Amino acid sequence: MNLFGKKNYISLNQRTGTSVLEKHMKSKEPSIPDGMWIKCNTCKNIIYKKEVTKYKLCPSCDAHFRMSPAERIAITCDKQTFEEFDAAMDPGNPMGYPDYDKIIETTREKAKGREGVVTGRCKIKGVDTVIAIMDSHFMMGSMGSVVGEKITRAVEYATEHKLPIVIFTTSGGARMQEGIISLMQMAKVSEALARHDDAGLLYITVLTDPTTGGVTASFAMLGDIILAEPKALIGFAGQRVIQGTIHEKLPEGFQRAEFQQEHGFVDRIVHREKLRDELGKILQMHCAASSEKRAV
Amino acid sequence: MEINMSDTMKTVSIARKIQRPTSRQFIDLLFDDFIEFHGDRYYGDDGAIVGGIASFEGQPVTVIGIQKGHTLDENVACNFGQPNPEGYRKALRLMKQAEKFHRPVITLVNTAGAYCGIGAEERGQGEAIARNLMEMSRLRTPIISIFLGEGGSGGALALAVADTVWMLEHGMYSVLSPEGFASILWRDSSRVEEAAELMKMTADHLLKNHVIDRKFTESPNGLEKDMPYTTDQIRAALEQTLPELMQLPTDELLQKRYERFRQYGEFTE
Repeated sequence: MNLFGKKNYISLNQRTGTSVLEKHMKSKEPSIPDGMWIKCNTCKNIIYKKEVTKYKLCPSCDAHFRMSPAERIAITCDKQTFEEFDAAMDPGNPMGYPDYDKIIETTREKAKGREGVVTGRCKIKGVDTVIAIMDSHFMMGSMGSVVGEKITRAVEYATEHKLPIVIFTTSGGARMQEGIISLMQMAKVSEALARHDDAGLLYITVLTDPTTGGVTASFAMLGDIILAEPKALIGFAGQRVIQGTIHEKLPEGFQRAEFQQEHGFVDRIVHREKLRDELGKILQMHCAASSEKRAV
Repeated sequence: MEINMSDTMKTVSIARKIQRPTSRQFIDLLFDDFIEFHGDRYYGDDGAIVGGIASFEGQPVTVIGIQKGHTLDENVACNFGQPNPEGYRKALRLMKQAEKFHRPVITLVNTAGAYCGIGAEERGQGEAIARNLMEMSRLRTPIISIFLGEGGSGGALALAVADTVWMLEHGMYSVLSPEGFASILWRDSSRVEEAAELMKMTADHLLKNHVIDRKFTESPNGLEKDMPYTTDQIRAALEQTLPELMQLPTDELLQKRYERFRQYGEFTE
């Protein structure tokens, strides 16, 4: 790769004003250490990894990169308040899918996570809340038995303890390897949310890139308040499937967060750097109101 | 022609036959005085969903079915049995109406899946299905779902969060089509048969998984002329089950429905 010859394609750090690239060009060391540079899939620029902050934004085009649950917790929850639920849960193999356990094992090594969602309770800006964060690095955040069960338990816990719940969604949809049982998770989570709703409790979803399929068609779209990150892909059917059905080119920006807001399915698009503050404010407004209500 | 086909693939091909009896035909045979109601009150009327009120042995019921056609014209009118969001919203509107008047709801499911198109996305296909799942789980009146043919993924589930779920012998219910399964997971669409086998999508498998509660036998080819044989069984089952569900106190009914769907999942910890 002719990195150094293509000056135009390499971003400079606009925030600090220092050019990491220049330093590298001056140095006589021709080799680039592994993993030091990454390519932004949105603007296609090569960016220096250290310029990417804890918010995981492209320093060049502000694209919101996908995050792991640990990274999400770090920028969302009050420090040292996150307590994980059901950390050790392993999927069964309801369809007898060949080598499913091996697939799970290798995915765990690659994704550095145990399953497609992390759940727990925490404080956000001082407000006690239940939280669930899906992980797109784990089999595309697909929803099988473990994802469905952990989220359902988290919702039930929130209902029982009269707490709000915030779910960060990112998923390709149902975990196909678990067949019809993965489809049933959609109904399972939705019915738990109905009870949380009946109890008058707050449910916020934050739709992150990508949120599609069975997750969109269940809990992602059921929030009292639905937030989304800029440019996140959000939809029911996959774009290739739609193209295969209608044989037409899809319009620019189709199924992005902005498209969903324009069509009335997202309350607000929130930049990741502002997300914790906004969540905190929304939670504070609801929790003050609900404690008053309970006092009456 | 079908000599080399596995039993599952035979079921799949029968379930998809264009001559396969439709929801409207079952409604005519099972119920009296069906009065069709149109529209979702927001956007339009979806021909893929047929719904209204009818009488079953003197008991008023709400019936909602996914409609496929026998001819190209019919299929254009009902979008090949692939509902748009307004179809799911019409279904929900009729279910809420049934709840108000404490009529039981009977849904007839037969779809390859919810429609995948630009308009469907613009009008919120995901939201429409999600809303149905949540509202059906707490609908304060009995719900019975009967799978007549294809049961394609979320588009089928959106009418099947029920107190009891039944299926015709040549019906199927799966998270996606065997063709989709083979091409997505194995990138080899020729392995459809293997996928169909693995996915355990037929009535017998679904009974074992407790996804369905009852199976109605059919003639080997599952066609129109044999309908009375099947509808007699459905009628008998409705005669038995409807009064049972109607007699249950609503909270108990809802608790049982909750537990029915709460049980799904295979995991260890």
